[in-house]
Parts: sequence; C-alpha cells; structure tokens
Amino acid sequence: MTTASSVDTSRRDFLFVATGAAAAVGGLATLWPFIAQMNPDASTIAAGAPIEVDLSPIAEGQDIKVFWRGKPIYISHRTKKQIEEARSVPVSSLPDPQSDQARVKEGHDQWLVVIGICTHLGCIPIAHEGNYDGFFCPCHGSQYDTSGRIRQGPAPANLAVPPYQFVSDTKIQIG
Amino acid sequence: MSGPSDYQPTNPVLKWIERRLPIFGLMHSSFVAYPTPRNLNYWWTFGAILSLMLGVQIVTGVVLAMHYTPHADLAFRSVESIVRDVNYGWLMRNMHAAGASMFFFAVYVHMFRGLYYGSYKEPREVLWILGVIIYLLMMATGFMGYVLPWGQMSFWGATVITNLFSAIPWAGDTIVTWLWGGYSVGNPTLNRFFSLHYLLPFVIAGVVVLHVWALHVAGQNNPAGVEARTEKDTVPFTPYATIKDMFGVSCFLILYSWFIFYMPNYLGDADNYIPANPGVTPPHIVPEWYYLPFYAILRSIPNKLAGVIAMFSAILVLAFLPWLDTAKTRSSKYRPLAKQFFWIFVVVCVLLGYLGAQPPEGVYVIAARILTIYYFAYFLILLPLLSRIEKPRPVPNSIADDVLAKYGSKTPPMVSTVIALMVAGALFAGSTQNAKAEEEVTPPSLKWSFSGPFGKYDRGALQRGLKIYKEVCSNCHGLSYIAFRNLGDPGGPGYSPAQVAAFASEYKIKDGPNDQGDMFERPGRAADYFPSPFANDQAARAANGGGLPPDLSLIAKARSYERGFPWFIFDFFTQFQEQGPNYVAAILQGYQKKPAGASLPEGTFYNKYFPGHAIKMPQPLTNGQVTYDDGSPATLEQYSKDIATFLMWAAEPQMEARKRLGFQVFVFLVIFTGLMYFTKKKVWADAH
Repeated sequence: MTTASSVDTSRRDFLFVATGAAAAVGGLATLWPFIAQMNPDASTIAAGAPIEVDLSPIAEGQDIKVFWRGKPIYISHRTKKQIEEARSVPVSSLPDPQSDQARVKEGHDQWLVVIGICTHLGCIPIAHEGNYDGFFCPCHGSQYDTSGRIRQGPAPANLAVPPYQFVSDTKIQIG
Repeated sequence: MSGPSDYQPTNPVLKWIERRLPIFGLMHSSFVAYPTPRNLNYWWTFGAILSLMLGVQIVTGVVLAMHYTPHADLAFRSVESIVRDVNYGWLMRNMHAAGASMFFFAVYVHMFRGLYYGSYKEPREVLWILGVIIYLLMMATGFMGYVLPWGQMSFWGATVITNLFSAIPWAGDTIVTWLWGGYSVGNPTLNRFFSLHYLLPFVIAGVVVLHVWALHVAGQNNPAGVEARTEKDTVPFTPYATIKDMFGVSCFLILYSWFIFYMPNYLGDADNYIPANPGVTPPHIVPEWYYLPFYAILRSIPNKLAGVIAMFSAILVLAFLPWLDTAKTRSSKYRPLAKQFFWIFVVVCVLLGYLGAQPPEGVYVIAARILTIYYFAYFLILLPLLSRIEKPRPVPNSIADDVLAKYGSKTPPMVSTVIALMVAGALFAGSTQNAKAEEEVTPPSLKWSFSGPFGKYDRGALQRGLKIYKEVCSNCHGLSYIAFRNLGDPGGPGYSPAQVAAFASEYKIKDGPNDQGDMFERPGRAADYFPSPFANDQAARAANGGGLPPDLSLIAKARSYERGFPWFIFDFFTQFQEQGPNYVAAILQGYQKKPAGASLPEGTFYNKYFPGHAIKMPQPLTNGQVTYDDGSPATLEQYSKDIATFLMWAAEPQMEARKRLGFQVFVFLVIFTGLMYFTKKKVWADAH
C-alpha cells in the first residue's frame, strides 16, 4: 500500500474510532436487558405491595406474626410493664444503642413492629422468651428485649423495624 | 495450516500464563494470524454468524431458564409471566424464539454453500461430517425446545415425533414408553426435554470446537475451489475476515431484529398460544418451518417404517456426500451441469418445505413424492453420475489469480434454473387454487391503531373494550393472565393507581385458608388476577351445554387464518399480523340466519366466519347493549372493534415497548451496518 496522505489516515482513524465506539455502545446497550431481567419482576413487586394489618384482634400482652415480602414480622401489643422495662434501660449500655421511643410510633407506644429475623445469622427468634421478656433466638442464643433490641448474645444489631404507618388507631400499613 | 505459533505476548503476566498454558498463542494463530483465502465471498460469513447465534441462544436460554417452570401444569403460565412480568422478558423470549429460526436459516445457507463449493471434498470430509453431527444435534435441540412452552403444537408435535420411534420393529413401543416416561407425552416427558434441551447446546458447542479445529487443519475452502499455496493467496484472519464477518453479522442482525421486534409470531403457529390439551388434536399438526422438508419426505412414503427411514436417511445421506460426489473439481462455479442441478435441488428443498405445511391430500401428496425422489436422486444418482461424465471448465491457477480476474462478464441465465423456478411458481399457484376451493371465509381486514411499526393501542378503545369484557364477556370467559395492576401499566388502558385499586376492590377474590382452615372472600387488590366465572372447566362446560368458553387472555394471538400466496410474502414486509383481531371482530358480527339446506347441530348457531359455521356461543353482543361513557356509538361494529383491541392488548400488553425499542435498535443497526461497511472497505482496500 502506498503511503496514505495524512487526511486519508485521519479519515480512516475517525472511521475506525467511530465504528469501535458504536460497537461499544451497542454492546453495553445489549448487555443491559440481560442484567435487568434478574431484578424482581412485576408480579414479585406487586406481591410485595404494602399490606394492611388490623390490630383490634390483638389483646394486650399478645403478639402476631405476619409475612410481608417473604419476611416474618412480629406485631406486639405491649403491656405497660413491658414498655416501662424497655424505657428504664440506659441507652448507652446497649450493644446497639437506640431508645425505645425511636423504635415505635409516637402516641402508639404499645405497638412494637419488628422484622423477626435475627441480625446474627438470620434465624427467626421466638417471642416472649429469654431473660428480657422479649425475643430469644434458639440458633446461637441471642436475647432481645421488649423493644426488640439486642441485649445479650452474638447478634450485632437490634431487630429491624420495617417501614409502617398507622392509617387509623387500629390499623397499620406495613410497607 | 496453523501450526505451533511463534507468538509471544509482551506483557509479563500474559507471558507467565503463556508458558504454562499457551492459550494466547493458540488464539493468535487461530483467529489473528490464521491465513484466510483472499477471495472468499459473503457466503463465508455464515460460520461467524452461526457461532454468534449459538452464543445468543445459549445466553438467552440460560436467562429464560431462570424464570421458566418445566412442569406440565405451570410451564405455559411461566412463559406468559416471562413475557408479561419479567423485565425485558418479552425481549428474551423473542430473541430465543426468533433466534432458533435464524440459527436454522444460517445453517441452511452454510450447508448449501458447502454443497455448491464442494467444501465436503478431500481433505475436509471429517469437517463436513462434524457439521452433519452439529446439524442433527441442532434438530434435536430445536424439537425439544419447542415442546417447552407446552402449547397445543408443543404437545402434539411431541406426540407425533416421539410416536415415530414406534415404527422400530420389535422394540419400538418399549422405546417410545421409555422416551415418554409414561403412557403418553406428559409431565415426565416435559421435564426430561427441559434437561436435555439445556444440555445439548453445550454438546453442540463442543462439536463446534472440533469443527473449527478440523477446519483449521485443512484451511478454508474458497469460491474457486483451488487450495491456497502461497502467501499471495491469503490474508491474516484479523483484521480482514474479522471485520468482514462483523459486517455480515450486522446485516444479519437487521433481519434478526425484524423478527424480534416487528414480526415475532410470523414463523410460529397460532395454536401454540392455546395451552396443551391431550383431549383435543389441532386440525393441522405442523412442525416449525425448519423441519418441514423432512416432514414432507416422511409423509410422502405410505409405509410407516419406510417413511421414518426415509426421513432420517434424508439427513444421513449428507454424511456420505464426499464419497457420492467424487468429481475432482471442487467448486460448482466451474461445473456447469452440476451447478444447474444444484439450483434445482435448492428449489426442490424449498418446495418440500412448502408441502410439509400442507395437508397430506391430493396433488400435495403426488408433488411431495416426486420431489422426494429428486431429493434422493440428487445425492445417490446425479452427483455420482456427474462425477464421471461432466466436463468441468478450467479452474484458476491460484486464488491470487482468481482475485485479479475481471468480474466483468456476466454469466448468462441458466435456462434450466429458470424452468425450475417457473415450475415452482406454478405449483404454488396451483395449490393456492386448491386452498381457495375450500369453504373458508376469510375475515375482512380491518384498520387497527396498533398495526405497523409505530402502532399504538387506542386508549379509549381499550377502556371501552374493558367495559364490554366486564359487562358481557366475563359472564362466561375468564381473563386469568391479566392482573388488575396491568390496567395501570404503560401501554395499556392507562388507569391511575387509585382507579386500579377502586376497580379491583369491586371484585370478590377467593383467598385462604384462614386460621380456621376455611377459604374466604375478600375485596380484590391490584396484585390479583381477573377471576374466572367458573371454578373449573367441568363447571364451565356444565353451565354452557357442554361447550367450554375459552379464556380470552390470548385469544387474539391463538386464532389465525391462511393469507395464501403471495400475501404471506407481502405480509412479512408490511408487518401484517392482525389476523387474530380481524377474526375476533368478524366472529362477533358474523352471526347470520342459517342458509337454506345447511344443517346445524343441536344447540349451535350459524356464524359466517367460524370454521365449520356452527358455533356454540349464542350471539353475545347486539346494538345498544352496552352504553359507552365517552359517547362512542353503541353499535355492534364499534363493540367488536373495541373488544378486539382490548383483547389484543390482553394478549400482548408489552407491544408498545417492543415497537419502541425496535425502532431504536433499527436506527442503531442501520448506522452501525453503514459504519461496518465503510470500515470493511477501508480494511480490504489493499487486499483486492
């Protein structure tokens, strides 16, 4: 091939760069749907829509378990004694410091809503068990109090509180 | 052609690996420095296209397998949920389904190329036989894949093809039972087909590795059929063949995308949108188009065992080609007689394909027999004969000479090829006359807002159609693939979340069991599906005089009619695919007084467009029956159009997204193909 003029060379380079760039863009654009298809599909998202739970059948001292997004959620109707026990603990002494007030809704202090998954390795703790009248995880012995906070045992964090709000005094919407 | 490489990577890490596993040298000698004949034409890009398609099918298949359920009760619904709910699920499904057809299209071009240019001749016999093995594996894979959606054609195609093995003497029935895992095609069959369908593509990939290895030992054939001798005959694979293949791939992707985005059901069968029913055989059981020639050969032999043997022999005869055609001249370019018979053979294959889709009656049977005779005669009589008697034209001295030769003189049209094509055309036209003679009344073609590349659903029509469904059709027909939340999805009736919730809450949905163990009813939610009017099929039949009102979710895709020749060719380009909605609208308006002399079975009504004219459903809609809120005319004609539009949306809620992405893909591909064309020309400027 005879020596190309610098104009020809730069035109050729431009063409090669443009083609390479187009191929890269096309490749990435093609890749995206293959990645996106693994995200939750529309029916899973719909099944995970917020649920409403009627609190009126839950007597004081009683708790129920509901499922939302595949996770067990404890809803506890706490007695005055249980609320007192939760609030009398110095917050700084807790392994995962958090006040009881921060874990319940104002004006609805008797209602505790927590995700029933132990923050250690994921077992479901048993309600109304353990030294703190809270939750006891049988797998490795973590103990939670009446506010669902970790007090003793290998779990690093308090039981998670799911997003929820009161739509009326006797009904909450989780999610 | 590619021996031990002297390629050494410069990077120290790569050098370290190379010394222990010389993979970079292998890649370099096989796909970079590999000497490629300089005179290859575009028929040679199909090897790369096939490699791409195998990769595409494997990737899309693995993705689909993440969402598919291989159980007879759940498979059909899981495929619909992929198409409706999974992000880009419709794209994955369309890519895989269209991909299978494109894979076979490319393999047939690739095989015909091999036939024409004598690529099966010494020293490429093993390469060719490996190719036949790949082809057989592809056919097995494709057959099992088509069973997986568990539609009517899936089930009955599986039944017909597995029953073929009962023709084997003495052990036939045992083998069939063994294949089925039961006493008929059923859940065990589906499960094992899924497992094998997942496995075989990787077996194919392994044989492809052997195929490419065998190729690299001998080197590519080329249009002149003359082996490469000097460096002047070849160019390095990269960048010459790499870039040319990319251009070929880009053009191929345009055709592929046409099917994916604009004609996804063109090559399929409407009956496969009906869930498998072991109690009802479709009127015409037809395999996918890529099996049709062999299906025609199978049916043309009146004896069951002989037909099966003929069908498998039609494929196996290919493996013997190197010993059937012993002519010294490789390329048909220089074999004037062989060339003409080759083109006749191509036409024969196409016609056999056409015949495979026709009912095995009358002139079709005779034609199939004649063409089957030609098919086998071509391999067993013609080619061996031509090897002995044909006087070939002189071949070029070298590939380099072939490239330098002037391409100015146009070869005169071959008379016999023209005659063959005319015969083909006449046969086509003749058979369509037969089709018209049948008592099929074609529904009129209506105008639809959603037709064409930029079609969209008319939102008003969707909402009116929903009203008709809710007030009239839902009394007998379910819509179980549509959830209330779909009414708020983009590309649909366009309800707001509040409207969806309100609409849903009007329905009573069975739920439970509660803590007492009882089922109970609760108001509907967005996530719920439209409830069916009857608890099960038996209750539906009991309430409807023995007839089963079909679920309407997919009716607009499950019903179709022949467009005939040449319309089905034009339809491919005009994107006509509205047979379903035309049919639905026609049925609703097709009720007429029974013509004098016609006899109607008890409990049926005369309908002009219903196949057989005796429909069990009484006329469901009449003028003024439903009041529209938007002031549209309350006429039967309006109702029919609106409900057909709504049902088209119910069958394909993702259509607008599909067409939108399709447009973007086409713009990109056209630009990219243009860029690749100029890149290819630039790269090859010094080689031609």
